[in-house]
Amino acid sequence: MFDQIAAVTLINLRSIPQRALLSGATVFSIALVVMVLLGFLAMSSGFSKTMQGTGSADVAVMLRTGSQTELNSGLSVDQLRLIEEAPGIARDANDIPIVSGELFVIVDGIKRASQTEANLPLRGVGPAAQSLRQGFTIVEGRTYEAGTNELIVGEGIIREFAGFDLGQTIRLGSNEWVVVGIFSTGGTVFDSEIWTDLTVIQNLYQRGTSVQSIRARLTSPEAIEEVRAYAENDPRLNLDIQSEVDYFASQAGGTAMLITYLGVPLSIAMAIGALAGAWNTMYSSVDTRMREIATLRAIGFSGFAAAFGTMVESLALAGLGGLIGAAGVYLLFNGVSASTLGSSFTQVVFSFAVTPMSVVLGLGLALIVGFLGGIIPAIRAATVPLLAVHRS
Amino acid sequence: MTDLYQLTDLSKGYTRGREAITIFEQLTMSIQEGDFIAIMGPSGSGKTTLLNLLGGIDRPSSGSVDCQGVRIDKLSQGKLAKWRAANVGFIFQFYNLMPTLNAAQNVELPLLLTNLSGKARKERVATALDIVGLADRARHSPRQMSGGQQQRVAIARAIVADPKVLLCDEPTGDLDRKSADEILETLQLLNKDLGKTIIMVTHDPSAAKYARRELHLDKGRFVEAAELAQ
Ligand SMILES: Nc1ncnc2c1ncn2[C@@H]1O[C@H](COP(=O)(O)OP(=O)(O)OP(=O)(O)O)[C@@H](O)[C@H]1O
Ligand SMILES: [Mg+2]
Repeated sequence: MFDQIAAVTLINLRSIPQRALLSGATVFSIALVVMVLLGFLAMSSGFSKTMQGTGSADVAVMLRTGSQTELNSGLSVDQLRLIEEAPGIARDANDIPIVSGELFVIVDGIKRASQTEANLPLRGVGPAAQSLRQGFTIVEGRTYEAGTNELIVGEGIIREFAGFDLGQTIRLGSNEWVVVGIFSTGGTVFDSEIWTDLTVIQNLYQRGTSVQSIRARLTSPEAIEEVRAYAENDPRLNLDIQSEVDYFASQAGGTAMLITYLGVPLSIAMAIGALAGAWNTMYSSVDTRMREIATLRAIGFSGFAAAFGTMVESLALAGLGGLIGAAGVYLLFNGVSASTLGSSFTQVVFSFAVTPMSVVLGLGLALIVGFLGGIIPAIRAATVPLLAVHRS
Repeated sequence: MTDLYQLTDLSKGYTRGREAITIFEQLTMSIQEGDFIAIMGPSGSGKTTLLNLLGGIDRPSSGSVDCQGVRIDKLSQGKLAKWRAANVGFIFQFYNLMPTLNAAQNVELPLLLTNLSGKARKERVATALDIVGLADRARHSPRQMSGGQQQRVAIARAIVADPKVLLCDEPTGDLDRKSADEILETLQLLNKDLGKTIIMVTHDPSAAKYARRELHLDKGRFVEAAELAQ
């Protein structure tokens, strides 16, 4: 039994070059399907990784009630002062509360690759801001001096946008700035931001003393409940208080889901197209070899062996397509930096991440296409009429 | 000589659309072991159909096909396939070789259905290729061979599992005179020296001369049987 199956399979595989064009098109279309699926998954997982890497459990993010994003929020300096006195807020060695009132505005940047404009966040921050971001380091240059037109720029911005090199003077809106430092937060969302002193932004953009968000270090992750209770008991504090982890998870979820919900249906639609192609190729494999298959059956080979050989051929073409697709995505995209619209209509720079799980998923999809495309032709191969031996 | 085949009251018809056509009606005949029969007759007279019935790749509408006590018309699909593998070798007008396998691999195909070891198979394949005079062409692909050589590979494939019967449907129909004569000599040798029973359909009267006897089929009946002394 094994010998005849091996022989029929060999005959099938060796006959592929006779249908080189058709078989090649099938491999190509399946590779394309897998590339689209893996491309979207790599985008989505890279984006999620960036967003999820951003949050700390012991940092609270506070916005005006119901505002959802920083852009829609507005808080007064009085509210900032009240929060500084709240229980559950951590203090530094000098007994100063670790709280940063922040205000961000949108400026235009020029993308290096496409030379097109895109929105960038320019964030005015308080002195505690840097210690509120885990892993914050100045990788080149120095930090800005308070009250001046100096900027520091996240690593992601340097990668994707032109004009922010160290020491350069850059015009953003109607103001000129000097880039004095490059900072990194280890690949989080803040690497896609530009920072300067809060009071400078308040002055230049006529915001008085108001801020949009307050970030505060908590004495422990659980202390967030104390802060919430404190805020609820004070009618002057009209705040939504979330841990930073939760804040970014909810912000990332939307975009990651959008990528997935766009990518998965698109891949499935394409997979159906590829399925038709695989079916056609395998149908032709059986059709053009009717006489061969009938001859094998006349010699005494089983219908099962004929079906098996056809199925292996189909799976081999699909598997090859899957491997090419996965390799293509890996070589083209893995680790490649990209940026997309994040929360608040600004760009988030992230890296495509081709995960082993997504490769398995892609190959799985390819084999499903091969299996479904091969099944009817395989049945046909098993039931080729013996009298087809006489066809010329 | 003993009977190899006994056909009794054999009928075979096809329906083509609403039209029913009868090819054989109540045909009774026997074929003896060791015979070499040339079946001749006009196109559409049922020659190929008769070979199909003898080879177990088609079934009669009624009547029986008995081969050494086995009612092959009654065998299930699977049993019939096994019976074919053990008892019949087919030789077709267009050789029906696997184009992607070389000569030796083509000849080996029927042996893949046996329990023979790889080594025993190789020996049998070499012997069969030797008999048809193609020992030096084992690794050649069908594409690299002439029609006559391809037909000889097909003959090697038909005899490699040592069946009793060879069923040949116009084996020289696609060949020039010289190649045809070589093939016919080979068949004659297989009949005389190895005792294979051969039933050969041919349109060519000079090909029929190689057989022990000729049968003339017309509209499903044998019209005259000429015994030829060899
Ligand atoms: N599968 C089939 N379905 C319907 N009719 C068939 C089928 N096979 C054969 N026939 C018909 O049966 C008759 C006998 O066919 P067969 O092939 O046995 O003739 P033949 O003697 O071999 O002819 P030729 O010399 O042309 O090969 C023909 O009329 C043919 O059209
Ligand atoms: Mg015929």
